[in-house]
Amino acid sequence: MAATMDDDALRGAPTLDNKATGAAQKQPKQRISRDPLWKKILKRPEAGALGGAILVFVLFCIVAPPFRTMPAFSTVLYQAAILGIPAVGVSLLMIGGEFDLTAGVAVISSSLAASMFATQIGGNIWLGVAFALAFSLALGALNGWLLIKTKLHSFLVTLSTFLMLQGLNIALTKLITGGVATGDISSMPGFASAHAVFASDIVIGDFDISVAIIYWIVLVLIATWLLLRTRVGNWIFAVGGDPDAARAVGVPVRGMKIALFMGVGFCVWFLAMHMLFAYNTVQSGAGVGNELLYIAASVVGGCLLTGGYGSAVGSALGAFIFGMTTEGVIYAGWDSDWFMFFVGAMLLMATVVNTWIRTRASQGK
Amino acid sequence: MTDETAIIELEGVGKNYGNVHALSNVSLKVKQGEVTCILGDNGAGKSTLISVIAGLTHHSTGEYRVDGKPVKFGSPREALDLGIAAVYQNLALVPLMPVWRNFFLGSEMTRGAWPFKRLDRDNMWRETDDALRKMGIELEDLEQHVGTLSGGQKQVVAIARAIHFGARVLILDEPTAALGVHQSGLVLKYIASAAREHGVGVIFITHNPHHAYLVGDHFTVLSRGEMDLDAPREDLTLEDLIFQMAGGAGLDALEHEMKR
Repeated sequence: MAATMDDDALRGAPTLDNKATGAAQKQPKQRISRDPLWKKILKRPEAGALGGAILVFVLFCIVAPPFRTMPAFSTVLYQAAILGIPAVGVSLLMIGGEFDLTAGVAVISSSLAASMFATQIGGNIWLGVAFALAFSLALGALNGWLLIKTKLHSFLVTLSTFLMLQGLNIALTKLITGGVATGDISSMPGFASAHAVFASDIVIGDFDISVAIIYWIVLVLIATWLLLRTRVGNWIFAVGGDPDAARAVGVPVRGMKIALFMGVGFCVWFLAMHMLFAYNTVQSGAGVGNELLYIAASVVGGCLLTGGYGSAVGSALGAFIFGMTTEGVIYAGWDSDWFMFFVGAMLLMATVVNTWIRTRASQGK
Repeated sequence: MTDETAIIELEGVGKNYGNVHALSNVSLKVKQGEVTCILGDNGAGKSTLISVIAGLTHHSTGEYRVDGKPVKFGSPREALDLGIAAVYQNLALVPLMPVWRNFFLGSEMTRGAWPFKRLDRDNMWRETDDALRKMGIELEDLEQHVGTLSGGQKQVVAIARAIHFGARVLILDEPTAALGVHQSGLVLKYIASAAREHGVGVIFITHNPHHAYLVGDHFTVLSRGEMDLDAPREDLTLEDLIFQMAGGAGLDALEHEMKR
């Protein structure tokens, strides 16, 4: 110690200069980030997903000629939106350090809630829509509340609620309607306007695109702005990265976790309304397994399983990759069962590549 | 008795946990611009003392005064409101977040009205930069994740943050314990800078007499919850301090270590 630190210099000099300090400070260095653009992109969590998306796109353009047409692209985007809408909420939640395994069946629950409330009690479809929103937000809040009260890992908490919901979906539907699916709601008052809002097609130029795609893109943009440009975004990263540190500087950790679960609830409700008005009936046993696809899309997009890192754009790219794969497999004329194989392989590859990029980008000067 | 420049003052402070006297009859003053070192082996009562000063727990006996007024804190928040901030070993920094985001975490600056209320990135950047520069801290890039900083740099950023947000008394819990020689030097330099240039009263808790003697103005050695030594720098040499720390026993071994 005494060899490197000059006692008198330290105590005597009123203004300390740099001569007594360690190797880290030998010359004054610039502080403003002047990384070249490619490095800035590589440092983003979604870098790997962007590369993957381009690669998958090129692959299917080569092996599946019909894939190159605009209608096919529209279908791909639609598939991506169906996965991507809940994935937005799921990715924010994962950045906040938690999982939500209920997201898949919760979509069905929310559709069922809307359909059954409207037919049994409400009389107007919009009352069902409002009830479903309240239901989905409450379900998210319940997940968050259980997480905080039980202090269990969110995987366990939401696995429990997921299984309960899966049972409830079918049991309650049978109890109320007598079958495993709800009746057709297309003749209900308010259906036309609800269909127009949630499930219509928009004609752009020569082809139709589903309004779900527009909502998906808007959601991703809002989530990205929230994450990177607002105080709430700062707190999301903090509660996922180090909850104790966040609490120590006054971040309301519990409130943030509950809010993030409710955010998933909101996204789930949105997709649920789209599905309800696109198909008019709900199969109560569906939705199981989708929660893992939402998580996979988020992880492919750069979210860390441990929290504190990730992006909403990444989840969108992940969903886009899965959307391309779903349709690409069909256009290429392969058995559609290959889809799941691809999802798994892609998840593995993406995780490895993301980790590699992250270490390289943060260490390599 | 009350010294004008003393920000906080402990007089005969003790802390009992049931029948266990974790701390008894400790008196000390922390003055503006001075570094008060609290030394002691493990279990000497250092942590209890910090807990009392930082408001994590309150004392059982004696008097604790801030600006001359007796206080009994119920929470660290109350201590913080009076400008008494503790920087613990875990530092309350989030590793995967950039330096400037960490600096303002929980006290973010915003602009615009809801729903377009957003982070005032430019100002947060500039203020972080200013605050770090004022402490003489050079970082390559404020966008860099805190996790990529060295242990010493993290300590220093945490210290700079506490000072920036109005700390008058800074409690540093073993800031050099986990650091190597160079990193320790870095942190000690900023401890000295915090006190002498920014007029902060520093309570420097350590079990390393060498580190303490480099920056300290006043030394208190704790042993089994009691004060073994309470002396200003003028009355003390490094050898005295080491002897006190060693408590006579094991001195041979220590002397041997020093000669190396």
